Amino acid sequence: MTKWYRENAPISAKDFMDELMRLKRGSVSRRHFLGVTGLGLATAVMARQPGVFNSVAHAEDLGSTMSIATWPNYHDPATFENFTAKTGVAVEVNVFGSNEEMLAKLQAGGTGWDLFVPTNYTISTYSKLGLIDPLDLSKVPNFDPKTQNTRFTAEGTVDGTVYAVPKNWGTTGIAFNSSKMKSKVTSWKEFFELAATEADGRAMVHDYQLTTIGNALVSLGYSFNSIKPDELAKAEEVLIKVKPHLYAINSDYQPSMRATDAWMTMCWTNDGAQLNRDMPEIQFLLGADGGEIWSDFYAIPKSAANKAAGYALLNFLMDPANAVKEHIANGAPTTDSRVMALLPAEITGNKIVYPDEASLTPLEFGAAVTLTDPSRAELMARFKSA
Amino acid sequence: MPLATTTKRNLVTTALLLPSAVWLFIFLVLPFIAMVVFSFGERAPEGGYLPTFTLAQYANLPARAAAYWNTLMLAPVGAFLCLLVAYPAAYYLAVKADPRYRLMLVSLVVVPFWTSLLVRTYAWMYILGSRGIPNLLSMIGIEDVRLLNTPGAVLLGIVYGYLPLMIMPIYVSLEKLDRRLLEASADLGAKPVSTFFSVTLPLSLPGVMTGVALVTILLLGEYLIPQLLGGGKVFFIGNALVDLFLQSRNWPFGSAIAVTLVAVVVVILMVAMRIAWRISGTRQVDLV
Repeated sequence: MTKWYRENAPISAKDFMDELMRLKRGSVSRRHFLGVTGLGLATAVMARQPGVFNSVAHAEDLGSTMSIATWPNYHDPATFENFTAKTGVAVEVNVFGSNEEMLAKLQAGGTGWDLFVPTNYTISTYSKLGLIDPLDLSKVPNFDPKTQNTRFTAEGTVDGTVYAVPKNWGTTGIAFNSSKMKSKVTSWKEFFELAATEADGRAMVHDYQLTTIGNALVSLGYSFNSIKPDELAKAEEVLIKVKPHLYAINSDYQPSMRATDAWMTMCWTNDGAQLNRDMPEIQFLLGADGGEIWSDFYAIPKSAANKAAGYALLNFLMDPANAVKEHIANGAPTTDSRVMALLPAEITGNKIVYPDEASLTPLEFGAAVTLTDPSRAELMARFKSA
Repeated sequence: MPLATTTKRNLVTTALLLPSAVWLFIFLVLPFIAMVVFSFGERAPEGGYLPTFTLAQYANLPARAAAYWNTLMLAPVGAFLCLLVAYPAAYYLAVKADPRYRLMLVSLVVVPFWTSLLVRTYAWMYILGSRGIPNLLSMIGIEDVRLLNTPGAVLLGIVYGYLPLMIMPIYVSLEKLDRRLLEASADLGAKPVSTFFSVTLPLSLPGVMTGVALVTILLLGEYLIPQLLGGGKVFFIGNALVDLFLQSRNWPFGSAIAVTLVAVVVVILMVAMRIAWRISGTRQVDLV
C-alpha cells in the first residue's frame, strides 16, 4: 500500500487506544482527538440525523446529504470528510468514465447530482441544452477569477456567462513501464508502432472516442479534433490494425499498469502522476506530435435538488487551503495561482504535472463538436467490434 | 357449482392478480412500448431522441452485425459449457450426495449468487491477472502466461457466473426422479450407463432445457464479463447497447437493437418450448 493510501485509511484499534491514552494524559487536545479518530466526523454526521441528537440550525439549510459526480481517482477522500465535519452534509460520490456518460445521464434526468465535474469541451453543449445553471458567484466567495490562468479556464464561460469554475487542468499523454520496455515512447506514432511490436499484447487504449481516435489522428499528423471523413478513415485503419495486439480497450488502466499486466497506456496527467509516484519505473510523456490538453470544471446541474449544498461544497473546494490538499492527492495541475503558491516544490517541479511550455505547444483542447459528432461514435463502435 | 359462485371466485382471483398485472404493465410493458416508439425516431443533433417516423434505425442494424454474430455465437457456446459443468454437479447433488448434507451442498451452489456479479468478476480479474495464477506458475518455472483479457477468460467468467442458474433446474428435475424407475431398469438387465442414457437423462431433459434457455437468454444481454475479463476487445450486443445509450447517445438506434434482441429472445424461447414439448411428449412443460 502506498503512503497516500494509509493517510486516508480509518484509524486502527491500536492507534485509537494510543490516541485515547494521549487525550487522557492531556498531551493532545480534545479537538485533535476527535479529528484523528474520526469521532468528530461521526458526531457531525449523527448530529444531522433528526431525533438522534438535536441539530444546530444553519443560516441556510444545507440538508443532510448531497451528491457529486466526478472521475475515478480524482479527489482526496479526506476533502469530503472534512466538508461533512464542517457542515454536517454527507457527500455521496458517483464515479464516471466519460463525459458522454455524464451527458447521457443528465439528458435522461433524475441524476440527483448537486455538483459535477465536466470537461472543458462539454460546457457549451450543457449550456445550450439547458442542463446546467449559470453560476451565482456571490455564493462562491472563495473563487477569485483574478488568480486563475485563463488559458485553462476560458471555456467555463459561455457568451459572457460563467457556467463553471475550474478544478484543474491536465494533459493526455503516454504512460509506459520502463523496466519492461527498452524503447522510450515519445510520440503517438511510436505508441501505435510499439503497441504492435515491443508491447505486443501489453498496450491499452481508452474506451473513449475523444482520446483514442484523437491520438490515432495525431499519430498520422492530423488534428486531434478532426471530423474530416478521409482523415477519420485513415485513423480507423491505424486502430483496426493495432487492435489484435492490444491488451485492452479500457479507460480504467491503473490496475493493469500497477499489476504490470499492461506496459503502456494512454494516460491522463493525474493518473500519470499517481502511477509514477507509486512506481517510479512508470514514466509519463507527452506526444511530441501532439495530443490533448484539457481542463475540468465544477458545474451545478439545473436539476440539482440541493443547490445550497452544491454551492457550499463548491465554495469549500475553491478555498485554496482545501484545494491544495486535493491537488497533492489527485496529482493534476492547478489553474489557481493562490493554490500554486501553497504547493510543495516537489509537486510544482514535477515535469509530469507541470511540463515545459514547449511540450504543451503541439497539444490541442478537445472541441465541442467531437463530443456530439456521430461519425466518431460509429468509428469507435467499428473499432471495438472489429 | 352455481354460476354465481364461479363468477365471484373469478373476480377474487382477478383482484388478487391485479397488483402483479399493474406492476408488469408499468415496469415491463410500458418501457417496452417506449423503446419501440424510440426505435422509429431519429438521433437528436446533440444526442438523445427526436420524434419522427423512420425505419432508418432498423435499416442500419447491419452496422452492428459483428455484435450480433459474437452474441449469437457466445450464447449457445456459453450455455453448452455451463451445461457440461452443471449436469454432473446437479446429478451428484440430487442422486449421489448424502441426503444429510444435500441442503448444505445446494446452498453452497446458491450462496455465491447473493454477491454481486461485479464483485465476483473483479475477483477473477485478480486471480487471472499477473499477480494471481501466472505468478504461481512462474514459481514453478512457467513464465509469461497470459490469462486475463483472453477469450478463455471470458468463457471461464461466463461458466462461473451462470453456473447456479444451470445447476438448479437440472437439480430440481433430477430430484423428482422416481428411484423405482432406476431399480426397474436394473432389474431388466440394463447396465448403469444405459440406465442413465435411457432413463435418467431423458427424464431430466425438461430441467436441462430450462437451464439452457435461462442461461442463453441472459447471455444474449451480457456485457460485464467481456468488458472486465476480455478487456473490452470483443463486442457483444450488450456492449453495443451500453455504448449507444451512454457514449454516442443514439437512443433510437439503441432502441432498435434492443427491440430486435427481444424478438430474438422470443424466437429462441418458442423454439426451446417446441423442442421440450417434443422430447417430453406433452404440453405440460413449464419453461422458465
